[in-house]
Amino acid sequence: MNDTVIRVRGVRTKLGGKEIHKDLDLDVRKGEILGIVGGSGTGKSVLMRTILGLIRPREGTIEVLGKKVDPADRETMLSLERRWGVLFQDGALFSSLTVRENVQVPMREHLSLPQALADNLATLKIRLAGLKAEDGRKFPSELSGGMRKRAALARALALDPDIIFLDEPTAGLDPVGAAQFDELLQSLSRSLGFTVFLITHDLDTLYAVTDRIAVLADKKVLVTAPIAELERHPHPWIHEYFHGPRGRAAKASAMIPATS
Amino acid sequence: MVARLAGSFPIRDSPPMASSTRVKVTEDGENARVSLAGAWTVAAAAELDSEIRGLRLAKAKRATLDLSGIEALDTAGAWLIREAAKVLSRGGASVAFAGVDRRAAALLETVGSAEEQTHAPETPPPSFVELLVRLGFGTAFVVREARFYLGFLGLTLEAAARIALRPTRFRFTSFVHHLEAVGLNALPIVGLISFLIGIVMAYQGATQLKLFGAEIFVVDLVAISVLREIGILLTAIVVAGRSGSAFTAQIGTMKLREEVDAMRTLGLDPIEVLVLPRVTALLVALPLLCFFSDIMGLLGGQLMAWLSLDISPQTFIERVHDRIPIRHFWVGMAKAPVFAAMIGLVGCYQGLRVKGDSGSVGRLTTRSVVQSIFLVIVADAVFSIFFDLINI
Repeated sequence: MNDTVIRVRGVRTKLGGKEIHKDLDLDVRKGEILGIVGGSGTGKSVLMRTILGLIRPREGTIEVLGKKVDPADRETMLSLERRWGVLFQDGALFSSLTVRENVQVPMREHLSLPQALADNLATLKIRLAGLKAEDGRKFPSELSGGMRKRAALARALALDPDIIFLDEPTAGLDPVGAAQFDELLQSLSRSLGFTVFLITHDLDTLYAVTDRIAVLADKKVLVTAPIAELERHPHPWIHEYFHGPRGRAAKASAMIPATS
Repeated sequence: MVARLAGSFPIRDSPPMASSTRVKVTEDGENARVSLAGAWTVAAAAELDSEIRGLRLAKAKRATLDLSGIEALDTAGAWLIREAAKVLSRGGASVAFAGVDRRAAALLETVGSAEEQTHAPETPPPSFVELLVRLGFGTAFVVREARFYLGFLGLTLEAAARIALRPTRFRFTSFVHHLEAVGLNALPIVGLISFLIGIVMAYQGATQLKLFGAEIFVVDLVAISVLREIGILLTAIVVAGRSGSAFTAQIGTMKLREEVDAMRTLGLDPIEVLVLPRVTALLVALPLLCFFSDIMGLLGGQLMAWLSLDISPQTFIERVHDRIPIRHFWVGMAKAPVFAAMIGLVGCYQGLRVKGDSGSVGRLTTRSVVQSIFLVIVADAVFSIFFDLINI
């Protein structure tokens, strides 16, 4: 049972009078990269925000790393916040701070480190995320979209989290930048050993990095399975998703490195 | 230092035994074994850092970093281990690793690959040079800003001339909408502030002038200062804060959502569509507001003169009529269109400069208010000198 780092059971969420999720179950296993897919408006981001305790579900329970997520329980939330890192859709970097200061925010909040050490560790994370050390002095507005994503990843990595949540990390990146980000994510998750909760629309990313994929539809997680199994799934939306023209193209490009 | 590493002095804020068990040095002639143990994670980074900085070997030339006792490791820990190796090799020893499991090896390698390309630590330039650099940037900014304003004024005048030739192209609906927003809706706040300032001036004047038995001059004091200066200045400042900022925020938000670019691709001129209606609305509204403010200021002064000095409203009005030349009123009113143009142009210009993130909307809105109030006051000073020179 230690293998499950996120356990969602029977969650029902309502936003603005509209029911988003109903009887939603989801398990995320330790060390895996789990992709979350679903049509627009199926509540992928809402699910992430519910797990993070930013939205309170009407019913159901959520356990992360064996602890019950309850926004009212400051103690538990604080200890959880130290153990997860989040990359929001547009990075959500603090615009008044430099990249390095952004990375240091969680360190300052949760630990008291001497400035020199904090600087060194922040520079290390910035480098790990694939940026140059000098980029640490820049402000988010001076970065390109891809660099901003990397800076946000550096901040998410600041405390060496056990779980990383990513909301469409490759949206808005060019294919080259997106592929580099996929590679970075995979190598980091392998070497640092964290679990990844990855929301994406990017079929290339799904083929390249995910271990399993959870499909959100009809207000719940319809199925969680490796991509090969999903391709054979009879549900019309899933079938269309993986066998539409884009799905076929992504699969074809994912097959090339495997065969050559 | 070595004694401290061996743990004779427990480091404050940590369990007494913790520091001694994390880094342990055992020397045997030429060889030394540095055993690392416990949790090497970011949570303990501060203590670990100070421990490894003090690593010294008495006379050993070969050091083995033994990681087998490490219970938990993350990137911060891996970085610290590499730092420890560096400290040892700087001390003249050759360093080898032992007891490295697969995960630790992967972490050490990942951290190492990030580190090797790290550049020399950045040295900030000396503060004097920094000061010069800032001064230079500031000066260049002011010059550039002035040039851009001139350019923007030119663009707006050109668009205005084009509209004057083909008046049907004027956005009349938009103009009326802005006239309501900047004029009609500003009446309560402008009126209230002017009324209160009138009261304050009459009250302050009364206490001083009473000393000379010249109470009746309160009327002159209030009337001249309200008509010439206070009325228009207050109105301009309130409008700059209310409407100038609104212009920047509205246009800035449109710019951010690429609406302005969309407009251009559709063949619409943003200056014609966005700037002209706003500026003309201000040009019409500000003189009217200024007149309203004059009246409210005089009413306030009149009320206070009546209450505190027993100067009846009738006497007040008669004295204003007889003793205060109408030119004072016109001096105030003459400034209104100039201030209106300044506020409108600054507001719209800053709005069009928004780019990048939504933070820049806030930044430029602030700048728009500060700059337009600054310009209004500078222009007011210039007007004072000018009117003095031509004896009005």
